[in-house]
Amino acid sequence: MAAPARTLINVPQKAKRGEVIAIKTLISHLMETGFRHDNMGRGIPRDIITSLVCTYNGQEIFNATFYPAIAANPFITFHTVATESGTIAFKWTGDNGFSAEASAKITVA
Amino acid sequence: MDKQPHIQAAGLRTTRRAFLAAAGGAGLALVVRPAQATPETMAAAIRQVIGEASVKTGRIKLDLPPLVENGNTVAMSVAVQSPMTAQDHVKAIHVFTEKNPQPNVISVKLGPRAGKAEISTRIRLADTQHVVAICEMSDGSFWSDKIEVIITLGACLEDLI
Repeated sequence: MAAPARTLINVPQKAKRGEVIAIKTLISHLMETGFRHDNMGRGIPRDIITSLVCTYNGQEIFNATFYPAIAANPFITFHTVATESGTIAFKWTGDNGFSAEASAKITVA
Repeated sequence: MDKQPHIQAAGLRTTRRAFLAAAGGAGLALVVRPAQATPETMAAAIRQVIGEASVKTGRIKLDLPPLVENGNTVAMSVAVQSPMTAQDHVKAIHVFTEKNPQPNVISVKLGPRAGKAEISTRIRLADTQHVVAICEMSDGSFWSDKIEVIITLGACLEDLI
């Protein structure tokens, strides 16, 4: 990977304790399936993001395994309970040593 | 005017042998064509994930548009009815397809901290087919939902230009 992948995450800055919040994540990635061929008929090797792990103050709250059927620039939304102020961190890993990280701060009142 | 169909039929008859040979060849090519999953491979993939457990219908709702123009990005959401407490929550959600080159789409692990068992993402669909979502509950039961999606332009199998 030449340039680091661009990520976009959407986590509410503030939440009430116990509130269920929606988290949206987007990362730029081609998600090459490995099932396509170039114009010479050669197979294009697979190059996808295989997992997204989300941690809330170090504790894992969400873990997704991606397969080639996930569209390019994987976009995932999920939910969590706002338990305490802190950091929600995201880590994507994939083929060819791909890795990207992002995090967001949340204040829980 | 009324002679035309007759001529066409005669034309067909003369090339019948060639036509049959070509048809046979086409059938063979279809078999050789790589990377198309079948309902059986999907069933095998599901078995691999859930083991021998039986799957009931209900509790989980898979949402996809019924008619899709472009299979390269299809918005999909899955929601499971669950209180998401420590005693009763959704442990995992899996999505499978029938005719994509690989039956697996996504597998998600959840827990009581999710608050709400609802995810959405964008997927690829290669062809008009059934999509199946299965969730695993904390009590070990499995629930599924299956819907058919009609695709006008499929993903995955097209070549690069």
